[in-house]
Amino acid sequence: MASTTGPGTAAAERTGQQQDAVPAIALEGVSKTYRSGGEQVAAVRGVDLEIGQGEFFSLLGPSGCGKTTTMRMVAGFEEPTGGTVRLKGADVTGVPPHRRDVNMVFQSYALFPHMSVFDNIAFGLRRKGVPAAEVRRRVGEAVELVELTGRERTRPTRLSGGQQQRVALARALVNRPSALLLDEPLAALDLKLRQSMQMELKRIQRDVGITFVYVTHDQGEALTLSDRIAVMNGGLVEQLGTPQEVYERPATRFTAGFIGTSNLLSGEVTASSGGVIEVRTGGGAVRAAGSAALGERVEITVRPEKITLAAGAVEPGACELPGTVIEAVYLGSTTHYTVAADGDDGTEIVLHQQNTAGPAEAARRGDRVRLTWRPDQSYVLPR
Amino acid sequence: MSAATERARPAPTCRRPRRRVDWGKLDWGKYWTWAVIAWLLAPIAFMVAFGFNDAQGRHNVTWQGFTLRWYADVFAYPDLTRALAASLAIAVLTMLIAGVLGGLLGLALGRFRFRGKALTDLVMFSAISAPEVVLGAGLLSMFLTMNIATGFWTILIAHVMFSVSFVAITVRARVLALDPALEEAARDLGASPWATFRLVTLPMLFPALMAGGLIAFVLSIDDYIITTFVSGNTTTFPLWIWGTTRVGTPPQVNVMGTLIFAVGVLLAVINAAVARRRG
Repeated sequence: MASTTGPGTAAAERTGQQQDAVPAIALEGVSKTYRSGGEQVAAVRGVDLEIGQGEFFSLLGPSGCGKTTTMRMVAGFEEPTGGTVRLKGADVTGVPPHRRDVNMVFQSYALFPHMSVFDNIAFGLRRKGVPAAEVRRRVGEAVELVELTGRERTRPTRLSGGQQQRVALARALVNRPSALLLDEPLAALDLKLRQSMQMELKRIQRDVGITFVYVTHDQGEALTLSDRIAVMNGGLVEQLGTPQEVYERPATRFTAGFIGTSNLLSGEVTASSGGVIEVRTGGGAVRAAGSAALGERVEITVRPEKITLAAGAVEPGACELPGTVIEAVYLGSTTHYTVAADGDDGTEIVLHQQNTAGPAEAARRGDRVRLTWRPDQSYVLPR
Repeated sequence: MSAATERARPAPTCRRPRRRVDWGKLDWGKYWTWAVIAWLLAPIAFMVAFGFNDAQGRHNVTWQGFTLRWYADVFAYPDLTRALAASLAIAVLTMLIAGVLGGLLGLALGRFRFRGKALTDLVMFSAISAPEVVLGAGLLSMFLTMNIATGFWTILIAHVMFSVSFVAITVRARVLALDPALEEAARDLGASPWATFRLVTLPMLFPALMAGGLIAFVLSIDDYIITTFVSGNTTTFPLWIWGTTRVGTPPQVNVMGTLIFAVGVLLAVINAAVARRRG
């Protein structure tokens, strides 16, 4: 357990740990196989991750991708069938959850309905035998941190969803765990509240400096909050990186499709040199970053906001693809176009155009247009 | 009567047509509910009322005026008092033993998957659905074969046997409704498995345990059929009453019945209030 003498010591301890750079959480080849009706089902198959001290780290993926199982193995609710879980360098594989220095915020909040807000938050401290006076002080601080002062005597069932969320957060944070695990904590809240709680979470994480591991299927949430994201699919980490890296440079077809919208163009490589390839698609030749063998069939991806409708001549060196507008959706600040590229392979391209020009320049359904983007804005996806 | 009212208060204008009963629009659900409540409460109302009956002679079956003397004289029959004491002792012990055993059984059935779970279910339901005469006769032959003298303890064993299933079913329903994350949260916050049970699971199950315990108490205190087989020389409250029916049941029986009923209702109300407060 971390020092209990005061925030100053905790901060000193933190910087100390940053210096020797022991990751708060390390997963080494962790896998989990369930037996279900005589069949072995692999939920997680060999995950390697290092999550640094004070990092806001997200596990992002669709339901059933293994992100929750991975988190539950860190908390100790599931034992891995293979691999090692380390907290601050110490192997905790096989250690029961009540002896692990991590705390969890549950999707259902799991507040104890028979206890007051105060007793809920004090639960962890009392289990550790913290003296009553210090329990009172630290619970008071936690209540203040989540802005629930005055509601200590209330039963959690009498609070709103957002307030219950804050109690769950305070109940975990008050223990000053080496990492806080959050399992889709905002999923039960409505959109407005979810957005304000996102900002709130970010603020609290900055204030307390504790490592946050955040499980979510909401890519927007992961991009907004995280320092780094692990995109998971089928029990494996598909890509690991900062929000920018994951969004701008999707490493796999799955990541490209799961995070944001991506256009996929397939074609045959006709030239390759200096990290740039030329690909012949049904609608014309385009260039993209990457390398591939001549004659290989590849898929390249380009984000909708990187594409513009060419008014006059395109920039020298830019890609250009002719097509016909089949849908134009006006959204105020932007217009979303769906364009059928020329050629017979039925490629449809989505682009988001900022409405900086007047309405006269907007393309309409059926208009012939030319799409253009810079070659370094599109990438070859690995097979 | 309605004709009289109409004559006394003639309609000032004829704008509003005379209200006619539209049978289809009547709130039949409401009347039906009250009819069922009256049906359920009628025997109890009679029991309570005849505890205040100024009955003369042996039989307490016709209303003869109000009195409180049976309440003042409630322990006039030492045999009856002894029988009631035996019944209360058996009922309280049944409640405690069946409460613990049934609570654990309900927890196991609601929480875990184990070999023999389906069989346990079957045994539980057969204990509920088997005719009492058969159970009573079976228990008697069992005790005789095993050379166990029938009496207070055999009654207790029999009562625990038939009430444990009710506790288990009540508790299981509550366990199934519990969010498993609650116990995980306790573990996560540093509570050992035993502390988790003591601080989270047990308080959450308490209303169901109370409800199950009350059912066990009620089943025990008025059981006649099974008790009559295994009672030996012990006389319980229902056995004593049945023994007096031919010679005349004294009003004290109504008084005791009323008191038992009142305590039962009080406990049920308290339990409901507690359950509500705990959400």
